[in-house]
Amino acid sequence: MNKIFLSLSLSLIISIGYSQLPNINLKDVNGVTKNLSKYSNNGNPIIISFWATWCKPCKAELNTIAEEYDDWTEETGVKLIAVSIDDARSSTRVEPYINAQGWEYLVLLDPNGDLKRAMNVNNVPHTFLVDGNGKIVWDHNNYSPGDEEELYEELVKIAK
Amino acid sequence: MKKIILFFSLFSLSTNFFSQEASPGVISGNIQAIGQYYQEDTLINAALPDHLYGFNGFANINFQKGDFRAGIRYESYLNTLEGYPTSFSGTGIGYRYISWQNDNVGVTIGNFYDQFGSGMIFRAYEERQLGIDNSLDGIKLNYEPLKGVYLKGMIGKQRHMFVDGLVNGNGIVRAIDGEFNINELFEDSSRNSKLKGSIGASFVSKFNDDNKTPIFNLPKNVGSSSIRLNLRYNKIRFNGEYVHKINDPYPDNQNTNFNYIYKNGEGLLFNLGYSTKGFAVDFSAKHMDNMLWRSTNVNVGPTDLLIGYLPALTKQHTYNLAATLYPYATNFYGEIAYQADVLFKIPKKTLIGGKYGTSVAINFATDYTPERTFIDDMDGARTSYTTRYFAKSDSLLFQDFNIEIKRKINKKLKLNLNYFNFKFNDDAVKVAGYYKMIYAQILVLDLTYKINRYHSLRFETQGMWTEQDKGNWAFGQIEYTFSPHWYLAILDQYNYGNKNIEKRIHYGLISGGYINGSHRFSLQYGKQRAGVFCVGGVCRAVPASNGLTFSFTSSF
Repeated sequence: MNKIFLSLSLSLIISIGYSQLPNINLKDVNGVTKNLSKYSNNGNPIIISFWATWCKPCKAELNTIAEEYDDWTEETGVKLIAVSIDDARSSTRVEPYINAQGWEYLVLLDPNGDLKRAMNVNNVPHTFLVDGNGKIVWDHNNYSPGDEEELYEELVKIAK
Repeated sequence: MKKIILFFSLFSLSTNFFSQEASPGVISGNIQAIGQYYQEDTLINAALPDHLYGFNGFANINFQKGDFRAGIRYESYLNTLEGYPTSFSGTGIGYRYISWQNDNVGVTIGNFYDQFGSGMIFRAYEERQLGIDNSLDGIKLNYEPLKGVYLKGMIGKQRHMFVDGLVNGNGIVRAIDGEFNINELFEDSSRNSKLKGSIGASFVSKFNDDNKTPIFNLPKNVGSSSIRLNLRYNKIRFNGEYVHKINDPYPDNQNTNFNYIYKNGEGLLFNLGYSTKGFAVDFSAKHMDNMLWRSTNVNVGPTDLLIGYLPALTKQHTYNLAATLYPYATNFYGEIAYQADVLFKIPKKTLIGGKYGTSVAINFATDYTPERTFIDDMDGARTSYTTRYFAKSDSLLFQDFNIEIKRKINKKLKLNLNYFNFKFNDDAVKVAGYYKMIYAQILVLDLTYKINRYHSLRFETQGMWTEQDKGNWAFGQIEYTFSPHWYLAILDQYNYGNKNIEKRIHYGLISGGYINGSHRFSLQYGKQRAGVFCVGGVCRAVPASNGLTFSFTSSF
């Protein structure tokens, strides 16, 4: 009984922090509906990266992070959510691409730009770092080789 | 102890409640501004507009408090950039909405965007780079009565133009959609099932009385319905969608076989794929006929007042010569199209794969005119012709075969090699202004060298070889980036194979930029060749220009 109350109160504490991301339903590549405002990484940081299959710098960024992703997750508990803005023409390319590349990210589909608009994204790549309370602490609208190092430094700063 | 925990959990609940009540709300937004200063350049046919400067600016401002959201977009076209639709001009508010969304009910009043399935039956969207914005202005409701059941209904007028503010078209669009996710709906019985699926169905109708032609009796209300199915078994995925539209005659000045015809429209789209870690294969097929679908039946601009979106079954290329000289745009009259993709990763530490592995992507796409049997009924029912499902004629519209090989050579060097082979029927697609078949091959070599943590260099060379149209092209670019703030790039495109020696022109361009978080400034100076800019199989011709471009984007 104690445990139930404890977990209940903990879940309530955690849920407070997640009110800052938009309340928008998106599907993952398996067709399962997900809502960012309800997404929780147990108080650990989240990286949200907007990308598209036709965007070379986006893919360069996510492939570079993929090489380090295991280490980042182990050190900081971070999870990366890759939001594809591919439209109906190219959204069928998303799943083959992420599997062929072997990405372990949660990939969400935003074919009509609903989350893109809600998060005020002008163009891709646009990457956000969200702390354990659901607050955006850093973002960057570009990718050049080496930018992932800055993201990593910011990530280490906010990790518990 | 229990009481303490209970109290604590109640306390946390109440702080959650009160903190939302007391929060003053959050304001956020973004801005994009592009300014151009034009210079005359008779060599590349770049005209000098009277106003010398062009400027497009967009600013979104959103307010959010709890479940409540509201926002506006302020737009300025002073004067409209060259090549952008001239139906956008002036300065004012082009989009505004208020919405309220809780766990299972949402309401939006004002402008909104949405899409059903692949969008063939309904897609309201903004593609700012192309000057497309067909947002609906009206009311939208969405409701989830049960977990796994998603219902939507909306009614409104479409955005058509912008003249110191939003200008809607006359037509009214009404749309409803339902989607049922079987696994969410029957969670208990299907939890361990490897088979997953969802079905959806839509009905969209329009009303307009725009075309008062005395010759034909045009339907004022036109309905369209669709059904779609998504299935997944383990690593195999299947999507299918069928759209049917009743008679919807449009004027066509170019082809009498399509001028005010009363034939029903149809669209069929299939996608079948298998993918696992390191390997994926994907196949798509499309049969589409007479699916032009606008909220008006008078002649308007090619991307104006479209209710449906017709996705092209071709890969969107990004390398300059492959993307902008012979890109394919969906044919509204109809097409039979197939596309296949194979992607794999040759494992690392193998003889062929190298130390880090090698990624390979192969894509083949082909589009044909449907086989049409014309029936001589233009004095009667005016259905004009018949087609059979997936029966293609021998008239090829477009074919694209391309391979991309990507490999990390060592810690500092990355290599990307691409080959493209195009067959492009410009007589039907009418993009290049050559009006005959064009056969082109392109080779791209792209090298990124990371000097150290902050500094990188990128070299890109491209060659295009063709006997037709403007002949051969060469392209070279050097880009230097200083992470995370600066970049500088110099590029040249050279039409060295043009049969007209005077047209063997160099198009040189220099650009630089500064990025700080979500703020991005860039400057560009030089010649831009006339080309075609496409997103999602929708294209816009961009005229040649010479001059200085400034752009700024930011979000807050």
